[in-house]
Amino acid sequence: MISAATLASANRREDLRRSWYKFSRNRLSIVGLFTVLLVTLLAIFAPVVAPYPQHASAFVDFANASRSPSGTYPFGTDVVGRDIMSRVFYGFRFSLSMGVVVLCLVVPPGVMLGLVAGYYQGTWLDTVIMRTTDIFLAVPPLVLALAICSVLTPNLFNAMLAVSLMWWPWYCRLVYGLASTLRHEFFVVSAELIGASKLHILFREILPNCISPIFTKMSLDMGWVILIGSSLSFVGLGVQPPRPGLGTMVADGYRYLPDQWWIAVFPALAIVLVVLGFNLLGDGLRDMLGAEEV
Amino acid sequence: MTFATFLGRRAVHSIFVLLGLSILIFIIARIMPGDPARMAVGARAPQWVVDNLREQMHLTEPLYVQYYYWLRDALRGDFGISLVTRRPVADDIKEFFPATLELALLAGLINGAGGIILGAISAWQKDTWVDNVLRVISYLGVVTPSFVFAVLFLLLFGMALNWMPTMGRISPEIARPTALTGLLTVDSLLAGNIPAFFDALWHLILPAVALSLGGMSQEARITRSTMADNLNKDYVAAERSLGIPGSVIMRSFLLKPSLIPTVSILGLDFAATLGNAFLVELVFNWPGISRYGMNAMLRKDLNAISAVILILGVVFIITNIGVDIIVARLDPRIQLGAGRSE
Repeated sequence: MISAATLASANRREDLRRSWYKFSRNRLSIVGLFTVLLVTLLAIFAPVVAPYPQHASAFVDFANASRSPSGTYPFGTDVVGRDIMSRVFYGFRFSLSMGVVVLCLVVPPGVMLGLVAGYYQGTWLDTVIMRTTDIFLAVPPLVLALAICSVLTPNLFNAMLAVSLMWWPWYCRLVYGLASTLRHEFFVVSAELIGASKLHILFREILPNCISPIFTKMSLDMGWVILIGSSLSFVGLGVQPPRPGLGTMVADGYRYLPDQWWIAVFPALAIVLVVLGFNLLGDGLRDMLGAEEV
Repeated sequence: MTFATFLGRRAVHSIFVLLGLSILIFIIARIMPGDPARMAVGARAPQWVVDNLREQMHLTEPLYVQYYYWLRDALRGDFGISLVTRRPVADDIKEFFPATLELALLAGLINGAGGIILGAISAWQKDTWVDNVLRVISYLGVVTPSFVFAVLFLLLFGMALNWMPTMGRISPEIARPTALTGLLTVDSLLAGNIPAFFDALWHLILPAVALSLGGMSQEARITRSTMADNLNKDYVAAERSLGIPGSVIMRSFLLKPSLIPTVSILGLDFAATLGNAFLVELVFNWPGISRYGMNAMLRKDLNAISAVILILGVVFIITNIGVDIIVARLDPRIQLGAGRSE
């Protein structure tokens, strides 16, 4: 006789296998997954894999300044002789940490407010919360983020803070839409009838059914947050030199176009690569989890 | 809901959103460390000047009173003096806003038209090499930041090939048309000044394309997927079996219903366009409100920052009302206002 536990774990393995099948049917999703893995590994092990780790900060080697890409310097060097490839690897660190920190700051409050507003749809709570999101969504997110960054001291932490302040309404909107439909489902109504607490209904009944779209959106948003972060760095309101933010490097390099194109072009391509990776991954997850709402 | 009630409701809603936005802007302006009065007169001004100015700027009073004065002045169109240009912010905005409007309108046009055409081609050629190439391009378009496009275009068309101008709105040797609308292309056409029109358009193209590529790719992807869905519908099969040529089906029966999601997204994309204009105008040295706002931000010019954000909020809200009206016209089944979360 098979025990219930073995059966459950077999089922789980079967679920996992099916999910992977759905995900891997689209080759682009696999490309996305590998891009994200590659970038993450490069970021984590930057001190080991970067050819010249010391070039990631204020380092000067005028003898090798402005070298075009070659075997010694695969992406070339900048005007003070720093290896662009090493700096790009370190740049991934700032980009990824930006994405992770912003999402950690944004998702819990956004989801919580969306749950509450959706469950109490039609009450004053709904009105207050959702009208507040309207206000935040009435201006391009980049503009408000720029404004907040500009009044604070420009650095990576404040950039994260500014982007987070602009980002929570999207999660609130997403979860609001889901929760306001789910609250009329039988399982929620039954839970209400047997007297389950509001907390139980919100977090044990409704929230688990919102996880797939939230997860998918997080994966796509990693890309978008990184993109906005690099935009902030590009205008000097994000990662500060001599630290190698990808946007910072593009901003420093584009003055030397077109002769020393590699200084700006490789960091720019690096941004495109990261954002593309997270997008492909996110699209794959959406297909796999069936989260069309995102 | 009739059209008038719809507009009335949206107007009331918009007023509340703008009031909220003004509070938000006020808070942002007040979290800045440092004394606004001291910043306005500079570090070397004597203390009594600063104290007088503090009194004048109502900085000695409680925050809500300050907000009241700020809002009252803003409603009268008085945003104070810009610390950078030393002129009334309202005058600066009047001068710089048309340039951004012109740029954003052309970008929006390229965005919508290009996206719909590319998406339609992609859907029509679904799963052929044309479709695959277009899909890869649109994917790259979506994920590439607009400032990267701006920098690449500047490098390629402006510097390496030297085809296009990379700075300003019009060549210095060409006389500017009399300002009626402030949009140089429109003004020169109205004045019948054809060389000025082409020169202004020529200056517009690079920044407008850099600004629109992201949104255009997004529109192309959405148009493709809706159209591909609609292509499989029974009514298309019926029309085909009647012998109606494919191009006629496409134009007359498929395009309109497939445009609804695209147009809805256009409104949202417009926000992204206005935001990205901050970077693109900086790269192309485009004398618009975004470059003005960006410079204000880099120099902590609070009056100018507040005004620019408020104006962008107004523009964005008006655009979205417009988009709702267009969507309702495209699909008679959609009731005005019904698609909202209300």
